[in-house]
Amino acid sequence: MAEAQAAIPPYQTPLHRQFDALEQQHEADTVGMWVFLGTEILFFGGLITAYSIYRSIYWRAFGEGSRHLDVMTGAIMTLILLASSLTMALAVHSAQSGRRRKLVLFLLFTILLGAIFLGLKGYEYHHKWEEHLVPGARFHHQGPLARQVQLFVFFYFALTGLHALHMLIGIAILAVLALRAALGRFQNYTIEITGLYWHFVDIVWIFLFPLLYLYERHA
Amino acid sequence: MTQSGPTVRLYALVFAALGALALLTTALAYRDLGIFNSIIALLIAATKAALVILYFMHVRYAGRLTWVFVVAGFCWLAILLGLSASDYLTRDWLPPPQGFPW
Repeated sequence: MAEAQAAIPPYQTPLHRQFDALEQQHEADTVGMWVFLGTEILFFGGLITAYSIYRSIYWRAFGEGSRHLDVMTGAIMTLILLASSLTMALAVHSAQSGRRRKLVLFLLFTILLGAIFLGLKGYEYHHKWEEHLVPGARFHHQGPLARQVQLFVFFYFALTGLHALHMLIGIAILAVLALRAALGRFQNYTIEITGLYWHFVDIVWIFLFPLLYLYERHA
Repeated sequence: MTQSGPTVRLYALVFAALGALALLTTALAYRDLGIFNSIIALLIAATKAALVILYFMHVRYAGRLTWVFVVAGFCWLAILLGLSASDYLTRDWLPPPQGFPW
């Protein structure tokens, strides 16, 4: 038993006693994370359902609202987030084989790309504030569809705001993991499970981008 | 065991595909395709999501139990979307009943 344990590399998540084997523990970790992600799918799914129903009713106003968003910024943000998913996947890849320096590097890259994404989001929010497109007392929009356009920007801020909050939480977790990895304390499964969360947040944006930015563009 | 997942080369290929699909969906948004604008945009988004789930999230290499939980999450979403749409999209199919509103 002692010899078997000595063969386990230090970055390997230790086997907890309620599990028979590392494979079983790994599967339990993964399934547990997917249960959480299932609740997240429904969390964002509820808002996206409400958005879709209102869009089918007020499609003209939602098209008008969507054209207030800058597609170029949205597309660049999409590419940045996709790139952050790649660096996250490479971080997991490095953790699996215990390459600590690469792991730290890729985690830092992921954090940097996530921060750039949030910076662009902040720039967009600032722009909307200047344009009086933030829902509330300051909202102002010309035309008969002003109320429905306000509903669109409400959905825009609710969906992207919740997404940005998820990114902030993700960056905080990655920062802790990067610090621990830099100090030589990291466990491969922890990196992998955090990666699942990060990729999920990427998937949410993959749907938000066409739903919010790319509606009625040809008109 | 420690190498459960794709190679660096495959990761790069998946990322290239994701980037190309992002540019494609952006370009297609400026063409008038009628109702297919939304349908194609969502199909491309679903394809990108599938690539992320299968390769970046390693589900392609995962066991059946993981698959059950992944698929279940999207089944609940389908129920949420499907039953909501079946209400809102069919409301004007039938005239309101006699004496409506009560």
